[in-house]
Amino acid sequence: MIAVDIELAQGTFVLVAAVRIEARTAALFGPSGAGKTTILDAIAGLRTPRRGTISVDGRVLFSSEDRVNLAPHHRHVGYVPQDVALFPHMDVRRNLLYGRHPGVSPDLDRVVRMLEIEPLVSRRVTDLSGGERQRVAVGRALMSGPSLLLLDEPLAAVDVPLRRRILPYLQRVRDELRIPILYVSHDREEVAGLAEVVVLIDGGRVTGVEDLRTAPPLRRADA
Amino acid sequence: MDLWRITWFTVACAAGATLLVLPPGIVVAWLLARRRFPGRALVETIISLPLVMPPVATGLILLMLLGRRGTIGRVLERVGIDVVFTWKAVVLAMAIMGLPLLVRTARGGFEQVNQRYERVAATLGASPARIFLTISLPLAWPSVLGGAMLAFARALGEFGATIVVAGSIPGATRTLSVAIYSYTETGRDEQAFTLLLVSVAIAFVALLAANRLVDRRAA
Repeated sequence: MIAVDIELAQGTFVLVAAVRIEARTAALFGPSGAGKTTILDAIAGLRTPRRGTISVDGRVLFSSEDRVNLAPHHRHVGYVPQDVALFPHMDVRRNLLYGRHPGVSPDLDRVVRMLEIEPLVSRRVTDLSGGERQRVAVGRALMSGPSLLLLDEPLAAVDVPLRRRILPYLQRVRDELRIPILYVSHDREEVAGLAEVVVLIDGGRVTGVEDLRTAPPLRRADA
Repeated sequence: MDLWRITWFTVACAAGATLLVLPPGIVVAWLLARRRFPGRALVETIISLPLVMPPVATGLILLMLLGRRGTIGRVLERVGIDVVFTWKAVVLAMAIMGLPLLVRTARGGFEQVNQRYERVAATLGASPARIFLTISLPLAWPSVLGGAMLAFARALGEFGATIVVAGSIPGATRTLSVAIYSYTETGRDEQAFTLLLVSVAIAFVALLAANRLVDRRAA
């Protein structure tokens, strides 16, 4: 379970988000500037809330009251930012192995097979297409053995046909590795195809939570 | 052969000075690029001082610090280390004069590294030290190396600070620029001109290499 109850100021923008997510896959859905990425950054430890708590499966990552603020490298949270940020001075294999922790990380061959990136392993990341970069970035995050995977608009940079081709890979990650996924999306099809729960965000506030397992997808969402 | 001995001595001292300032220079450049801390502006100013101060004044400060009555010199003397008027003073003078060029260029390199890479590396479990060694430094490396080449080129031409703190002792502290001055003063124009050509050639190659490295980083 992911529990977020935070207040985070970023310039004049103030995010006040309180949500408990009990689902394997959840989407943060809302317009640009709503605060979706800020929530991911706070969970990953890349931004510090001014108050509140963040926990994943009962493990406290941040608590202003108890003065807990785990450094990003101690959070075990895999993060794929929107621009994927593959390390340009490393080939695909070195990118994939960067966060590997023996005994914790999944088998490299398994991840490579699951994401169908075998032919890319010895390539330079600068030679990859948008879809390939996206899959390698997901593979790199998975190889760190995360207890939660955060994806920031994972399909925003690719065109619609490519989105349809990549979506099954994310579904495989969800179903085969059984790692909870929290992702930011604007795309209704993507949300319907991946998420069990949709958290609606607008103006720095959580405006609703939809359980797609029991309700029709995004009936109230108009983002 | 005086020419080769002086050239070799100067190049060796300049290389030593560059290697000496490389580790602290890289750390300071990274700190200035990535961290906000009390006294940051002061550190930045002190590092840059040799760029704008008369080199002779820098040499005089070094002499006051490292001389037998100096704060550092007294301590060094007790452990049997003499710095002033030895090759060590040459290396130190060159290092101090080259440091600002290294720090300023390397800092620019660190600032150009997209912080997204460092943040993602942290989420992958990398400690700050590992991020520095595997992400920040390799990505900023062309600028760091360019800065080191600039520091080396500056060290090769060092004169003012060197002559004050190390003098012009043939075979012991005489560098290319000091030798050119001494030869000119004593009317040995031909030797002075030969050394001039040598120093121009070395400085040209070092600067060319530095510019190519920095340009490659910017591209």
